[in-house]
Amino acid sequence: VCLAIPGQVVEFFPEQPALVKVDVGGVRRNVNVGLLEDGELALGDWVLIHVGFALSKVSESEAAGQLQMLRAMGEDELAMEEVRGYTFAADDGERR
Amino acid sequence: MTAAGASRMKYVDEFRDPALITAVAHEIARTVDPARHYRIMEVCGGHTHAIYRHGLRDVLPDNVELVHGPGCPVCVLPTGRVDDGLAIASQPDTILTCFGDMMRVPGTKGTPLELKARGADIRMVYSPLDALKLAQDEPSKHVCFFAIGFETTAPSTALTVLRARELGVRNFSVFVNHVTIVPAIRAILDSPDMRLDAFVGPGHVSTITGCRPYQFIAEHYGKPVAVSGFEPLDVLEGVLMVLRQLRAGEAKVENQYKRIVPWEGNPAALRALAAVFELRPYFEWRGLGFISQSALRLKAAFAEYDAEVRFALPNVRVTDPRAAQCGEVLKGVLKPPQCKLFGKECNPEHPVGALMVSSEGACAAYYRYARIDEAVNA
Repeated sequence: VCLAIPGQVVEFFPEQPALVKVDVGGVRRNVNVGLLEDGELALGDWVLIHVGFALSKVSESEAAGQLQMLRAMGEDELAMEEVRGYTFAADDGERR
Repeated sequence: MTAAGASRMKYVDEFRDPALITAVAHEIARTVDPARHYRIMEVCGGHTHAIYRHGLRDVLPDNVELVHGPGCPVCVLPTGRVDDGLAIASQPDTILTCFGDMMRVPGTKGTPLELKARGADIRMVYSPLDALKLAQDEPSKHVCFFAIGFETTAPSTALTVLRARELGVRNFSVFVNHVTIVPAIRAILDSPDMRLDAFVGPGHVSTITGCRPYQFIAEHYGKPVAVSGFEPLDVLEGVLMVLRQLRAGEAKVENQYKRIVPWEGNPAALRALAAVFELRPYFEWRGLGFISQSALRLKAAFAEYDAEVRFALPNVRVTDPRAAQCGEVLKGVLKPPQCKLFGKECNPEHPVGALMVSSEGACAAYYRYARIDEAVNA
Protein backbone atom coordinates (compact mmCIF):
# COMPACT_ATOMS: atom_id res chain seq x y z
CA VAL A 1 0.00 0.00 0.00
CA CYS A 2 2.87 2.37 0.72
CA LEU A 3 4.35 2.03 -2.78
CA ALA A 4 6.25 5.20 -3.71
CA ILE A 5 6.98 5.52 -7.42
CA PRO A 6 9.59 7.91 -8.83
CA GLY A 7 8.54 10.15 -11.72
CA GLN A 8 10.03 13.16 -13.49
CA VAL A 9 8.07 16.38 -13.96
CA VAL A 10 7.69 17.04 -17.70
CA GLU A 11 4.83 19.55 -17.92
CA PHE A 12 2.89 22.10 -15.90
CA PHE A 13 -0.69 23.20 -16.53
CA PRO A 14 -1.19 26.91 -15.82
CA GLU A 15 -4.98 26.48 -15.77
CA GLN A 16 -4.74 23.44 -13.43
CA PRO A 17 -2.03 24.24 -10.89
CA ALA A 18 -2.87 21.14 -8.80
CA LEU A 19 -1.67 18.84 -11.60
CA VAL A 20 1.67 18.13 -13.23
CA LYS A 21 2.52 15.65 -15.93
CA VAL A 22 5.17 13.15 -14.88
CA ASP A 23 7.13 10.57 -16.82
CA VAL A 24 7.47 7.19 -15.14
CA GLY A 25 9.61 4.87 -17.22
CA GLY A 26 8.18 6.29 -20.46
CA VAL A 27 4.57 6.32 -19.26
CA ARG A 28 3.22 9.86 -18.91
CA ARG A 29 0.41 10.59 -16.53
CA ASN A 30 -0.93 13.58 -14.67
CA VAL A 31 -0.57 13.48 -10.90
CA ASN A 32 -1.79 15.78 -8.14
CA VAL A 33 0.79 17.99 -6.41
CA GLY A 34 -1.46 19.30 -3.64
CA LEU A 35 0.72 17.64 -0.99
CA LEU A 36 3.73 19.73 -1.96
CA GLU A 37 4.27 23.40 -1.19
CA ASP A 38 3.35 25.88 -3.92
CA GLY A 39 6.22 26.59 -6.27
CA GLU A 40 8.26 23.68 -4.92
CA LEU A 41 8.62 22.00 -8.30
CA ALA A 42 10.43 22.91 -11.51
CA LEU A 43 10.51 21.10 -14.85
CA GLY A 44 12.87 18.14 -14.71
CA ASP A 45 12.43 17.65 -10.94
CA TRP A 46 11.80 14.17 -9.57
CA VAL A 47 8.95 13.27 -7.22
CA LEU A 48 7.81 10.16 -5.39
CA ILE A 49 4.24 9.31 -6.38
CA HIS A 50 1.76 7.50 -4.15
CA VAL A 51 -1.87 6.75 -5.16
CA GLY A 52 -1.91 9.57 -7.71
CA PHE A 53 -0.27 12.21 -5.52
CA ALA A 54 3.29 13.52 -5.47
CA LEU A 55 4.38 12.79 -1.91
CA SER A 56 7.78 14.44 -1.90
CA LYS A 57 10.42 15.93 -4.14
CA VAL A 58 13.59 13.86 -4.39
CA SER A 59 16.97 14.11 -6.07
CA GLU A 60 17.60 12.39 -9.39
CA SER A 61 19.95 9.87 -7.79
CA GLU A 62 17.39 9.07 -5.09
CA ALA A 63 14.74 8.59 -7.77
CA ALA A 64 17.06 6.17 -9.56
CA GLY A 65 17.70 4.36 -6.29
CA GLN A 66 13.98 4.15 -5.60
CA LEU A 67 13.34 2.62 -9.02
CA GLN A 68 16.11 0.09 -8.44
CA MET A 69 14.58 -0.72 -5.08
CA LEU A 70 11.15 -1.33 -6.66
CA ARG A 71 12.80 -3.65 -9.19
CA ALA A 72 14.65 -5.56 -6.50
CA MET A 73 11.44 -5.89 -4.48
CA GLY A 74 9.66 -7.25 -7.57
CA GLU A 75 7.25 -4.32 -7.41
CA ASP A 76 8.26 -2.40 -10.54
CA GLU A 77 5.53 -4.00 -12.68
CA LEU A 78 2.97 -3.22 -10.01
CA ALA A 79 4.19 0.37 -9.93
CA MET A 80 3.86 0.77 -13.71
CA GLU A 81 0.43 -0.86 -13.58
CA GLU A 82 -0.59 1.65 -10.93
CA VAL A 83 0.66 4.67 -12.90
CA ARG A 84 -0.98 3.41 -16.10
CA GLY A 85 -4.17 2.90 -14.13
CA TYR A 86 -4.60 6.52 -13.01
CA THR A 87 -7.74 7.71 -14.78
CA PHE A 88 -8.58 10.86 -12.88
CA ALA A 89 -6.85 13.26 -15.24
CA ALA A 90 -7.12 11.72 -18.67
CA ASP A 91 -4.10 12.33 -20.76
CA ASP A 92 -2.87 12.00 -24.32
CA GLY A 93 -1.48 8.64 -23.30
CA GLU A 94 1.86 6.95 -23.24
CA ARG A 95 5.03 7.64 -25.06
CA ARG A 96 7.09 4.52 -25.35
CA MET B 1 24.49 -19.79 6.87
CA THR B 2 22.21 -22.53 5.59
CA ALA B 3 22.02 -23.67 1.97
CA ALA B 4 18.56 -22.15 1.69
CA GLY B 5 19.99 -18.95 3.08
CA ALA B 6 22.73 -18.94 0.48
CA SER B 7 20.22 -19.23 -2.35
CA ARG B 8 18.23 -16.34 -0.96
CA MET B 9 21.32 -14.17 -0.71
CA LYS B 10 21.23 -13.72 -4.46
CA TYR B 11 18.64 -11.02 -3.95
CA VAL B 12 21.18 -9.08 -1.97
CA ASP B 13 23.70 -9.51 -4.77
CA GLU B 14 21.31 -7.83 -7.18
CA PHE B 15 21.82 -4.66 -5.21
CA ARG B 16 24.17 -1.85 -5.88
CA ASP B 17 26.16 -2.22 -2.68
CA PRO B 18 26.87 -5.89 -1.87
CA ALA B 19 30.23 -4.94 -0.35
CA LEU B 20 28.60 -2.33 1.88
CA ILE B 21 26.01 -4.85 3.00
CA THR B 22 28.76 -7.23 4.06
CA ALA B 23 30.52 -4.40 5.87
CA VAL B 24 27.37 -3.38 7.79
CA ALA B 25 26.65 -7.03 8.61
CA HIS B 26 30.15 -7.36 10.08
CA GLU B 27 29.68 -4.17 12.04
CA ILE B 28 26.40 -5.52 13.43
CA ALA B 29 28.15 -8.72 14.47
CA ARG B 30 30.83 -6.66 16.26
CA THR B 31 28.25 -4.48 18.00
CA VAL B 32 26.05 -7.15 19.56
CA ASP B 33 26.69 -8.65 22.96
CA PRO B 34 26.79 -12.41 22.30
CA ALA B 35 25.32 -13.09 25.74
CA ARG B 36 22.21 -11.07 25.02
CA HIS B 37 19.12 -11.71 22.88
CA TYR B 38 17.80 -8.71 20.93
CA ARG B 39 14.21 -8.31 19.78
CA ILE B 40 13.83 -5.49 17.27
CA MET B 41 10.44 -4.68 15.76
CA GLU B 42 10.28 -3.53 12.16
CA VAL B 43 7.05 -1.55 12.35
CA CYS B 44 6.35 -1.33 8.63
CA GLY B 45 5.10 -4.18 6.43
CA GLY B 46 7.28 -2.84 3.62
CA HIS B 47 10.28 -3.63 5.80
CA THR B 48 8.92 -7.11 6.52
CA HIS B 49 8.65 -7.70 2.78
CA ALA B 50 12.20 -6.41 2.20
CA ILE B 51 13.63 -8.51 5.03
CA TYR B 52 12.25 -11.76 3.62
CA ARG B 53 12.67 -10.95 -0.04
CA HIS B 54 16.36 -10.20 0.48
CA GLY B 55 17.04 -12.87 3.07
CA LEU B 56 18.28 -10.26 5.53
CA ARG B 57 17.78 -12.55 8.53
CA ASP B 58 20.62 -14.64 7.17
CA VAL B 59 23.11 -11.80 7.47
CA LEU B 60 22.08 -10.99 11.05
CA PRO B 61 23.55 -12.77 14.09
CA ASP B 62 21.31 -15.49 15.56
CA ASN B 63 20.70 -13.46 18.72
CA VAL B 64 19.18 -10.55 16.76
CA GLU B 65 15.50 -11.35 16.25
CA LEU B 66 13.34 -9.24 13.99
CA VAL B 67 9.71 -9.02 15.11
CA HIS B 68 7.12 -7.97 12.53
CA GLY B 69 5.04 -4.96 13.40
CA PRO B 70 1.49 -3.86 12.63
CA GLY B 71 2.35 -1.64 9.62
CA CYS B 72 0.17 -3.41 7.06
CA PRO B 73 -3.15 -1.59 6.58
CA VAL B 74 -5.20 -4.49 5.23
CA CYS B 75 -3.77 -6.80 7.91
CA VAL B 76 -4.91 -4.70 10.86
CA LEU B 77 -8.37 -3.97 9.44
CA PRO B 78 -10.81 -6.13 11.45
CA THR B 79 -13.28 -8.33 9.59
CA GLY B 80 -16.23 -6.27 10.86
CA ARG B 81 -14.95 -3.22 8.97
CA VAL B 82 -14.50 -5.28 5.78
CA ASP B 83 -18.12 -6.41 6.20
CA ASP B 84 -19.27 -2.82 6.70
CA GLY B 85 -17.50 -1.78 3.50
CA LEU B 86 -19.03 -4.65 1.58
CA ALA B 87 -22.48 -3.76 2.95
CA ILE B 88 -22.10 -0.45 1.09
CA ALA B 89 -21.55 -2.39 -2.14
CA SER B 90 -24.92 -4.11 -1.66
CA GLN B 91 -26.84 -0.81 -1.62
CA PRO B 92 -28.83 -0.04 -4.80
CA ASP B 93 -27.20 2.14 -7.46
CA THR B 94 -23.94 2.17 -5.53
CA ILE B 95 -20.41 1.52 -6.71
CA LEU B 96 -17.79 0.58 -4.12
CA THR B 97 -14.20 1.38 -5.07
CA CYS B 98 -11.05 0.17 -3.36
CA PHE B 99 -7.33 -0.37 -3.85
CA GLY B 100 -6.15 -3.67 -5.32
CA ASP B 101 -4.83 -4.79 -1.92
CA MET B 102 -8.37 -4.80 -0.53
CA MET B 103 -9.89 -6.88 -3.32
CA ARG B 104 -8.81 -10.22 -1.84
CA VAL B 105 -9.30 -9.47 1.84
CA PRO B 106 -11.88 -11.87 3.27
CA GLY B 107 -15.04 -10.56 4.89
CA THR B 108 -17.65 -12.81 6.47
CA LYS B 109 -19.48 -13.25 3.16
CA GLY B 110 -16.41 -13.38 0.97
CA THR B 111 -13.78 -11.07 -0.49
CA PRO B 112 -14.64 -7.95 -2.52
CA LEU B 113 -13.53 -9.90 -5.58
CA GLU B 114 -15.94 -12.74 -4.80
CA LEU B 115 -18.81 -10.36 -4.15
CA LYS B 116 -18.05 -8.64 -7.44
CA ALA B 117 -18.27 -12.02 -9.20
CA ARG B 118 -21.69 -12.43 -7.59
CA GLY B 119 -22.87 -9.15 -9.12
CA ALA B 120 -21.93 -6.39 -6.69
CA ASP B 121 -20.51 -3.30 -8.40
CA ILE B 122 -17.06 -3.20 -6.84
CA ARG B 123 -14.22 -1.63 -8.78
CA MET B 124 -10.52 -1.40 -8.18
CA VAL B 125 -8.93 2.03 -8.35
CA TYR B 126 -5.32 3.17 -8.09
CA SER B 127 -6.07 6.55 -6.57
CA PRO B 128 -8.91 8.04 -4.51
CA LEU B 129 -9.07 10.64 -7.29
CA ASP B 130 -10.02 7.82 -9.68
CA ALA B 131 -13.02 7.11 -7.45
CA LEU B 132 -14.00 10.79 -7.52
CA LYS B 133 -13.67 10.82 -11.31
CA LEU B 134 -15.92 7.78 -11.50
CA ALA B 135 -18.55 9.65 -9.45
CA GLN B 136 -18.39 12.51 -11.96
CA ASP B 137 -18.69 10.07 -14.87
CA GLU B 138 -21.63 8.18 -13.30
CA PRO B 139 -23.91 10.90 -11.90
CA SER B 140 -26.87 8.51 -11.52
CA LYS B 141 -24.86 6.25 -9.16
CA HIS B 142 -23.34 6.80 -5.77
CA VAL B 143 -19.61 6.08 -5.62
CA CYS B 144 -18.00 5.18 -2.29
CA PHE B 145 -14.26 4.89 -1.79
CA PHE B 146 -13.11 2.29 0.77
CA ALA B 147 -10.18 4.24 2.22
CA ILE B 148 -7.43 2.30 3.98
CA GLY B 149 -3.85 3.12 4.88
CA PHE B 150 -1.60 4.82 7.37
CA GLU B 151 -0.37 8.41 7.24
CA THR B 152 1.25 7.81 3.85
CA THR B 153 -2.15 7.42 2.21
CA ALA B 154 -4.54 9.42 4.41
CA PRO B 155 -3.48 12.87 3.05
CA SER B 156 -4.44 11.74 -0.47
CA THR B 157 -7.92 10.85 0.78
CA ALA B 158 -8.11 14.23 2.54
CA LEU B 159 -7.28 16.15 -0.64
CA THR B 160 -9.77 14.05 -2.60
CA VAL B 161 -12.57 14.98 -0.19
CA LEU B 162 -11.59 18.65 -0.44
CA ARG B 163 -11.59 18.34 -4.23
CA ALA B 164 -15.06 16.70 -4.19
CA ARG B 165 -16.40 19.66 -2.24
CA GLU B 166 -14.67 22.15 -4.52
CA LEU B 167 -16.22 20.46 -7.57
CA GLY B 168 -19.62 20.18 -5.90
CA VAL B 169 -19.75 16.42 -6.45
CA ARG B 170 -22.67 15.10 -4.38
CA ASN B 171 -22.72 11.39 -5.29
CA PHE B 172 -19.40 10.56 -3.64
CA SER B 173 -18.47 9.33 -0.19
CA VAL B 174 -15.53 7.82 1.65
CA PHE B 175 -15.57 4.91 4.08
CA VAL B 176 -12.65 6.00 6.19
CA ASN B 177 -10.43 3.32 7.73
CA HIS B 178 -7.25 5.34 8.00
CA VAL B 179 -5.17 4.45 11.02
CA THR B 180 -2.21 6.12 12.68
CA ILE B 181 0.94 4.28 13.58
CA VAL B 182 1.97 5.88 16.86
CA PRO B 183 -0.96 4.66 19.04
CA ALA B 184 -0.38 1.13 17.71
CA ILE B 185 3.28 1.28 18.73
CA ARG B 186 2.23 2.56 22.14
CA ALA B 187 -0.28 -0.29 22.52
CA ILE B 188 2.44 -2.79 21.65
CA LEU B 189 4.80 -1.20 24.17
CA ASP B 190 2.10 -1.40 26.86
CA SER B 191 1.21 -5.01 26.03
CA PRO B 192 2.36 -7.36 28.80
CA ASP B 193 3.42 -10.16 26.44
CA MET B 194 5.62 -7.89 24.35
CA ARG B 195 9.30 -7.69 25.13
CA LEU B 196 11.00 -5.46 22.58
CA ASP B 197 14.39 -3.79 22.74
CA ALA B 198 14.15 -1.34 19.84
CA PHE B 199 12.26 -0.27 16.73
CA VAL B 200 13.06 0.17 13.05
CA GLY B 201 10.63 2.98 12.23
CA PRO B 202 8.55 3.19 9.05
CA GLY B 203 9.96 4.96 6.00
CA HIS B 204 7.18 6.34 3.83
CA VAL B 205 4.80 7.00 6.73
CA SER B 206 7.54 9.18 8.18
CA THR B 207 7.82 11.29 5.01
CA ILE B 208 4.43 12.61 6.17
CA THR B 209 4.69 12.49 9.97
CA GLY B 210 8.39 13.23 10.33
CA CYS B 211 10.39 11.71 13.18
CA ARG B 212 9.14 13.79 16.08
CA PRO B 213 6.06 11.59 16.84
CA TYR B 214 8.38 8.68 17.73
CA GLN B 215 10.23 10.58 20.45
CA PHE B 216 7.97 9.20 23.20
CA ILE B 217 9.29 5.71 22.42
CA ALA B 218 12.79 6.83 23.35
CA GLU B 219 11.88 9.29 26.09
CA HIS B 220 9.07 7.46 27.91
CA TYR B 221 9.85 3.83 27.14
CA GLY B 222 13.63 4.05 26.82
CA LYS B 223 13.69 2.18 23.49
CA PRO B 224 15.86 3.22 20.54
CA VAL B 225 14.23 4.02 17.18
CA ALA B 226 15.77 4.30 13.71
CA VAL B 227 13.49 5.46 10.90
CA SER B 228 14.75 3.49 7.90
CA GLY B 229 14.45 3.10 4.16
CA PHE B 230 13.55 -0.07 2.29
CA GLU B 231 16.74 -1.14 0.56
CA PRO B 232 18.59 -4.00 2.22
CA LEU B 233 21.36 -1.61 3.20
CA ASP B 234 18.82 0.82 4.69
CA VAL B 235 17.21 -1.86 6.84
CA LEU B 236 20.57 -3.20 8.04
CA GLU B 237 21.81 0.31 8.83
CA GLY B 238 18.63 0.94 10.82
CA VAL B 239 19.26 -2.27 12.77
CA LEU B 240 22.88 -1.24 13.35
CA MET B 241 21.81 2.21 14.58
CA VAL B 242 19.52 0.81 17.27
CA LEU B 243 22.05 -1.87 18.27
CA ARG B 244 24.70 0.83 18.74
CA GLN B 245 22.29 2.80 20.92
CA LEU B 246 21.56 -0.31 22.98
CA ARG B 247 25.27 -0.96 23.46
CA ALA B 248 25.83 2.64 24.54
CA GLY B 249 22.84 2.52 26.87
CA GLU B 250 21.12 5.27 24.88
CA ALA B 251 17.58 5.72 23.61
CA LYS B 252 16.86 8.30 20.93
CA VAL B 253 15.19 8.66 17.55
CA GLU B 254 17.59 8.51 14.63
CA ASN B 255 16.81 9.04 10.97
CA GLN B 256 18.54 6.59 8.64
CA TYR B 257 16.28 7.67 5.74
CA LYS B 258 17.23 11.36 5.72
CA ARG B 259 17.33 11.47 1.94
CA ILE B 260 13.53 11.01 1.90
CA VAL B 261 12.29 11.72 5.44
CA PRO B 262 12.46 15.31 6.74
CA TRP B 263 12.58 15.48 10.55
CA GLU B 264 9.45 17.66 10.54
CA GLY B 265 7.56 15.61 7.95
CA ASN B 266 5.46 17.04 5.12
CA PRO B 267 3.72 20.23 6.35
CA ALA B 268 1.26 20.46 3.44
CA ALA B 269 0.14 16.87 3.98
CA LEU B 270 -0.20 17.39 7.74
CA ARG B 271 -2.32 20.50 7.06
CA ALA B 272 -4.59 18.48 4.74
CA LEU B 273 -5.02 15.79 7.41
CA ALA B 274 -5.86 18.37 10.07
CA ALA B 275 -8.35 20.14 7.80
CA VAL B 276 -10.40 17.07 6.94
CA PHE B 277 -9.95 14.43 9.64
CA GLU B 278 -10.28 14.15 13.40
CA LEU B 279 -9.24 11.31 15.68
CA ARG B 280 -11.80 8.65 16.54
CA PRO B 281 -12.13 8.06 20.28
CA TYR B 282 -11.16 4.44 19.62
CA PHE B 283 -10.82 1.97 16.75
CA GLU B 284 -10.52 -1.79 16.60
CA TRP B 285 -7.33 -3.31 15.19
CA ARG B 286 -7.06 -6.96 14.32
CA GLY B 287 -4.90 -8.60 16.94
CA LEU B 288 -4.38 -5.47 19.00
CA GLY B 289 -8.02 -4.88 19.97
CA PHE B 290 -9.48 -1.44 20.60
CA ILE B 291 -6.86 1.31 20.66
CA SER B 292 -7.87 4.79 21.72
CA GLN B 293 -7.29 7.69 19.31
CA SER B 294 -5.68 5.39 16.77
CA ALA B 295 -7.76 6.10 13.67
CA LEU B 296 -9.18 8.97 11.65
CA ARG B 297 -12.70 9.93 10.67
CA LEU B 298 -14.08 12.82 8.66
CA LYS B 299 -14.87 15.98 10.60
CA ALA B 300 -18.56 16.85 10.95
CA ALA B 301 -18.12 19.59 8.33
CA PHE B 302 -17.55 16.82 5.77
CA ALA B 303 -20.48 14.63 6.92
CA GLU B 304 -22.03 14.61 3.44
CA TYR B 305 -18.95 12.69 2.23
CA ASP B 306 -18.90 10.30 5.18
CA ALA B 307 -20.15 6.82 4.23
CA GLU B 308 -20.68 6.05 7.92
CA VAL B 309 -23.16 8.94 8.10
CA ARG B 310 -24.78 8.26 4.75
CA PHE B 311 -25.31 4.50 5.09
CA ALA B 312 -26.70 2.40 7.91
CA LEU B 313 -23.83 -0.04 8.36
CA PRO B 314 -24.02 -3.34 10.28
CA ASN B 315 -21.20 -2.21 12.58
CA VAL B 316 -20.91 -5.72 13.99
CA ARG B 317 -17.70 -6.99 15.58
CA VAL B 318 -16.60 -10.19 13.92
CA THR B 319 -14.00 -12.45 15.46
CA ASP B 320 -11.49 -14.07 13.14
CA PRO B 321 -11.92 -17.77 12.32
CA ARG B 322 -10.90 -19.48 15.54
CA ALA B 323 -8.20 -21.62 13.96
CA ALA B 324 -6.54 -18.60 12.34
CA GLN B 325 -4.05 -16.87 14.61
CA CYS B 326 -3.68 -13.60 12.69
CA GLY B 327 -3.84 -11.59 15.89
CA GLU B 328 -0.97 -13.43 17.55
CA VAL B 329 1.14 -13.07 14.40
CA LEU B 330 0.32 -9.34 14.16
CA LYS B 331 1.41 -8.84 17.76
CA GLY B 332 4.66 -10.70 17.09
CA VAL B 333 3.76 -13.38 19.64
CA LEU B 334 3.70 -16.11 16.97
CA LYS B 335 5.69 -16.45 13.77
CA PRO B 336 3.53 -17.20 10.69
CA PRO B 337 4.49 -20.90 10.38
CA GLN B 338 3.40 -21.43 13.99
CA CYS B 339 -0.21 -20.72 12.96
CA LYS B 340 -2.14 -23.94 12.44
CA LEU B 341 -3.53 -22.80 9.09
CA PHE B 342 -0.30 -21.42 7.61
CA GLY B 343 0.41 -22.86 4.17
CA LYS B 344 -2.48 -25.31 4.51
CA GLU B 345 -6.01 -23.86 4.56
CA CYS B 346 -4.49 -20.37 4.45
CA ASN B 347 -2.28 -19.64 1.45
CA PRO B 348 -1.96 -16.78 -1.05
CA GLU B 349 -4.45 -18.46 -3.43
CA HIS B 350 -7.04 -18.88 -0.68
CA PRO B 351 -6.21 -16.51 2.14
CA VAL B 352 -8.15 -17.09 5.36
CA GLY B 353 -6.57 -14.06 7.00
CA ALA B 354 -5.53 -10.73 5.58
CA LEU B 355 -1.88 -11.26 6.51
CA MET B 356 -1.69 -13.77 3.67
CA VAL B 357 -3.10 -11.29 1.13
CA SER B 358 -0.96 -8.20 1.06
CA SER B 359 2.72 -8.26 0.10
CA GLU B 360 3.20 -6.27 3.31
CA GLY B 361 1.65 -9.05 5.39
CA ALA B 362 4.05 -11.17 7.42
CA CYS B 363 2.37 -14.44 6.35
CA ALA B 364 2.58 -13.62 2.64
CA ALA B 365 6.24 -12.63 3.03
CA TYR B 366 7.05 -15.87 4.88
CA TYR B 367 5.10 -17.95 2.39
CA ARG B 368 6.88 -16.49 -0.61
CA TYR B 369 10.42 -16.31 0.65
CA ALA B 370 10.99 -18.25 3.82
CA ARG B 371 8.53 -21.09 3.98
CA ILE B 372 10.82 -24.00 3.13
CA ASP B 373 13.59 -22.78 5.39
CA GLU B 374 11.15 -22.28 8.25
CA ALA B 375 9.59 -25.69 7.78
CA VAL B 376 13.01 -27.32 7.97
CA ASN B 377 14.06 -25.38 11.04
CA ALA B 378 10.72 -25.34 12.85
